[in-house]
Amino acid sequence: MAGLATTFGSGAMTNSISDIGGARCILAIGTNTTEAHPVIGFGVKSAVRKGTKLIVANPRYIELCQFADIWLRHRPGSDVALLMGIMRVIVDEGLLDRAFIEERCENFDALEQSLTGFDMDFVERTTGVLGEQIAEAARMYATNSPAAILYSMGITQHSHGTDNVMAVANLAMLTGNVGKPSAGVNPLRGHNNVQGACDMGALPDVYPGYQRVADPQARAKFEAAWGCKLDPSPGLTLTELFGAARRGEVKAVYLVGENPVLTDPDARHVREALESLEFLAVQDVFLTETARLADVVLPGVSFAEKDGTFTNTERRVQRVRKAIEPVGSSRPDWRLTCDIARKMGGRGFDFSHPRQIMDEVASLTPSYGGISHDRLEAGGLQWPCPNKEHPGTSILHTERFTRGKGRFVPLEYKPPAETADENYPLLLTTGRSQYHFHATLTRKVSGLNALKPEELVEVNPVDALMLGISEGDRVRVTSRRGEVTARAMVTDASPAGVVSMTFHFSESPANLLTNPSLDPVAKIPELKVCAVRVEKIA
Amino acid sequence: MDAITLTIDGAAVTVRRGATVLEAAQQAGIYIPTLCSDHDLEPYGGCRLCIVEIEKMAGLPTACTTPATSGMVVRTATPAVNEARRDIVALLLADYPDDCPACTGDDRCDFHQVVAYLGLDEQPFRRLHRSIPIDSSNPFFERDLDYCIACGKCVRTCDEVVNVDAIEMASRGYTILPSAFGGKPIVQSNCISCGECVVRCPTAALMPKERRLPAQEVKTTCPYCGVGCQIYLGVSDGQVISVRGDRDNDVNRGLLCVKGRFGVAGYVNHPERLTLPLVRKDGALRETTWDEALEMVAGRLAGFGKGEVAVISSAKCTNEDNYVIQKFARTVLGTNNIDHCARL
Repeated sequence: MAGLATTFGSGAMTNSISDIGGARCILAIGTNTTEAHPVIGFGVKSAVRKGTKLIVANPRYIELCQFADIWLRHRPGSDVALLMGIMRVIVDEGLLDRAFIEERCENFDALEQSLTGFDMDFVERTTGVLGEQIAEAARMYATNSPAAILYSMGITQHSHGTDNVMAVANLAMLTGNVGKPSAGVNPLRGHNNVQGACDMGALPDVYPGYQRVADPQARAKFEAAWGCKLDPSPGLTLTELFGAARRGEVKAVYLVGENPVLTDPDARHVREALESLEFLAVQDVFLTETARLADVVLPGVSFAEKDGTFTNTERRVQRVRKAIEPVGSSRPDWRLTCDIARKMGGRGFDFSHPRQIMDEVASLTPSYGGISHDRLEAGGLQWPCPNKEHPGTSILHTERFTRGKGRFVPLEYKPPAETADENYPLLLTTGRSQYHFHATLTRKVSGLNALKPEELVEVNPVDALMLGISEGDRVRVTSRRGEVTARAMVTDASPAGVVSMTFHFSESPANLLTNPSLDPVAKIPELKVCAVRVEKIA
Repeated sequence: MDAITLTIDGAAVTVRRGATVLEAAQQAGIYIPTLCSDHDLEPYGGCRLCIVEIEKMAGLPTACTTPATSGMVVRTATPAVNEARRDIVALLLADYPDDCPACTGDDRCDFHQVVAYLGLDEQPFRRLHRSIPIDSSNPFFERDLDYCIACGKCVRTCDEVVNVDAIEMASRGYTILPSAFGGKPIVQSNCISCGECVVRCPTAALMPKERRLPAQEVKTTCPYCGVGCQIYLGVSDGQVISVRGDRDNDVNRGLLCVKGRFGVAGYVNHPERLTLPLVRKDGALRETTWDEALEMVAGRLAGFGKGEVAVISSAKCTNEDNYVIQKFARTVLGTNNIDHCARL
């Protein structure tokens, strides 16, 4: 998100799900859309049927490759080189949108300067993709307007993820593909409400609506509204937090609805961090691997038992409606947090229904200013929606960028934090299966477990031959941080030198292996690349 | 909008240019029976039940494949039309088993709605009985081809909507039926279990394994990924028993994936759901009262300095949950150590 905030001024999907189908060209990079966002995947495939050009950039052979006009199989972690190579072709062949660049953007000279470092020889060597194929993709993207870019964690979960995002944004601005229907830069968010949790300020550096805690004006506004002094310094990110806990700096954690023991990188260290706490309270619907470590476990309710809202990947705030009574004596999360806050002397927690909470959100968050549960009865609203009369915003940056001018950012190629070496000769990349979601909820659904019962490590036939591994063999995957065992699936979906796993299975937790090395700006860990070795278990 | 006006059963109907006669009738609230058309699928003209009379056109054209034109005069239910329809349906009925599991009480399946509309009570043709083994290999739905009327909707849905092509029409003539590759069980095909074919099947050939009908439905948002599909949760006896896609929104337009359609009730109703608060006593988590649990959390958290506490919120929780949680961290615990899994 930091990458888009730098270039555009707003870190959210620029366009809408319903207008992707109208694109003349779609570039899907770092997204396995049909597995991770199946319903958007349906839309992409249907668009291709109706004539939309599709470029897929992914090291793995994914379902969308069947539908692609061009498949760029670049090496894991070489996205910046690939995208800069595409931009170099667009500039060299004069396919850029000069009017848009002059009128709407700034700092183009610096980008152009940095493109000199990306001659086709270097790009070919770094990405492993043929120059002619890159040039063809560049021409296809640049000459079929409107063109939409879709991306997901395959772009962000790298030690240089912010650079990746800025490269994507550079490409869209270079061709004038921002601020109009069926174009744009469209990060597909993972969780149902990851967008909303960010919007609500469940982040260490911002209050609701991305108002910065370090900004004295913003802080004064929230101090006045909440009636207390607020800390001016940003807090720790989740990934930094576990280090602080291991060092004994953070001693108590109140954790709601997450299972970091399975979903966070370098899971062994996460577990150690949580075990070293003096106090851990966990609020969840199941006794998760994380909840088992807690001193107190508070049963929250599922989405079916509470009222509220989720904000989807296209910034659309939609209602969640209570369908059944809470199971057992479980209670809604907002109510539990309010109860604890009041017991600790907190003021401003006397809500009797989530609609009152949304009214407070609207009063303090300009982009949610016009949103209320009553209005959402008629259907979702896309922020920014600043007042009660505003219809919501389906496309961002139409007249001007949120930050004023779109800012080109010069980039250089940085290799992944870990590369293959003698001891760990393969790269591991992680992803999702459409039959599961993270590691907790879907594993409780017997039918989904029947369809995808266990982890399968995808190994390329070339590597399998060298390692003496056959389909179905049990293998041990070892990284610098840990080891897991699972059965092998021999497939050329993963390229030679790369193995692939999901992270849904506590029996074979891939995040014991993954690298917590962080992007310096966004603090996102490098889940998509780490060095491993794979051995057959005798 | 470029609009045209035609006459259907004596009423003037104005529709966009390019609409079919069937769409024009549906827009005007005039019922034309059909078993193979669907608003997500290309016109097909397979079941022949939407035949109508159109002035200056020969024979009985199918409404689903005939574009509406300006000044067209359509009659949807003349004696000739309905007699032809009755013959078609009687032939389908001859193959169809007597019991229809897709019909429950007053709620008839699409096929039997047509049977009722045409007022068919006698069966003029000799009955034939197929006996094809049921494919129950998929955990969420069954396929019983004894009930299949070969309308092709499932095959076209898998092709045109889902673009997976897990099934196709196999064989020819009287024995034509949908089939996965090589006639193998559907779970061995590339089927993604989204269930889009199941919801479109007009008979009992494709049925969810969960057959109970909900007493009420509540519109809400799917809890899985960031797409935010709009769904109807079906509720019966205080439990979630079904999920149906909402067609009237721009996000999913009724479509769902396997998790949203079939993967919700299983976890919401799961017996391992936490029902009572737990506290650690003598090393083990034991059930306790809300008062004790909440006092304990409040009391213990109060004992740490501002920099020593942190809060982890959740991208699965609502906006309202998240707002309250960050407000709690900032105003009560006095820390900006609040984050969630946005980066994962």
